[in-house]
Amino acid sequence: MEWESWSAFWAMGGYGGYVWGSFGITALVMIGELMLVHRRHRAAREAVKHIHRA
Amino acid sequence: MNLYKYAAPSTFYPLAGRLAPWFYGAAAIFTVIGLYIGFFVAPTDFQQGEAYRIIFIHVPAAWMSMIVYLAMAFWAAIGLAFNTRLSSMMALALAPTGAWMTFIALWTGALWGKPMWGTWWVWDARLTSELILLFLYVGFMALHASIDDPRRADRAAAVLAIVGAINVPIIYFSVQWWNTLHQGASVSLTKSPSMATTMLWGMLVMAIAFWMYCIGAVLSRCRAIILERERSADWVKEIA
Repeated sequence: MEWESWSAFWAMGGYGGYVWGSFGITALVMIGELMLVHRRHRAAREAVKHIHRA
Repeated sequence: MNLYKYAAPSTFYPLAGRLAPWFYGAAAIFTVIGLYIGFFVAPTDFQQGEAYRIIFIHVPAAWMSMIVYLAMAFWAAIGLAFNTRLSSMMALALAPTGAWMTFIALWTGALWGKPMWGTWWVWDARLTSELILLFLYVGFMALHASIDDPRRADRAAAVLAIVGAINVPIIYFSVQWWNTLHQGASVSLTKSPSMATTMLWGMLVMAIAFWMYCIGAVLSRCRAIILERERSADWVKEIA
C-alpha cells in the first residue's frame, strides 16, 4: 500500500486539487457524453415513431 | 461471412447495439484495474511527487485525441471516395468523442502544468498543435451542421477532415521538431520506455480503458445518427 491514511491519499502530497481536478472533470466529461448520446438516441427514436405514425 | 453487409446502416444498427455494451463493460473493468495500479501500486515519482498521476488519464486522452481524428479522417475519406452513407455517419459519430478527448488532454495538461511548470499554458508547439486539433474537431462539426443537405455536408466536412489530418503528425513529432516546454515521449515504438514498469502498466491499462470507452460511445452515437438520417426508411420503422 502506498498511502499511510485516507487523508494522505486525498491530499496527494499537496497536489490533491490538481490530481482530483483532472480525474473529476474526466469522469464528468465521460458520464456527460454518454448521457448526451443516450438522449440523442431517444430523441431520434421518438422522431422516427412520430414520422411513421403520421 | 460477408463483412460488407455491415456497410448498410440497416445491418450495422443492430450490430452496433449488440457490441456497445461489451465495450462499456470492458471500459469499466479496465478503468478499475488501471486506477488501482495508478493510485495504489505505482510509486511516487521522485521528481514530480504525486502530481505525475495525472498522466494516467492525460496520456491516454492525448493518444485517443489523435487516433480518433485519424479514424474520423479515414471514414470521411472513404465516404467521399465511395459515396458510402455509413462511412460518413461514422466520421460524424467520431467527431464529438475526439473533441472531448482533446479537451481532456488539454485540461489535464493544464492542471499538471501549473504545479510542474508554474503555468497553466504556454504557446509551445505541442500545446498549440493540440489546441488546433480541438478547433479542427469543432470546425468539422460546425461545417457539417451549417449545410442543410446531409450528403453535401458529408463531402464538405470530409475535405476539412482530410486536410486537417496533417496536424496529427505535427502534434506527434512536435516535441522532436521544435524546442518545446512539453517533454518528449516517454513511451514510443522504437525505444524502451523511460519510466517505472508499474507506472507504464497503469498507463497502458488506462489507455485500453479509453479505447473501449471511445469505441462504445462512438457506436452508440452512430446508432443515433443512423436513426436521424434514415428516419423515413422502411427498415427504421420496424426497429424504432
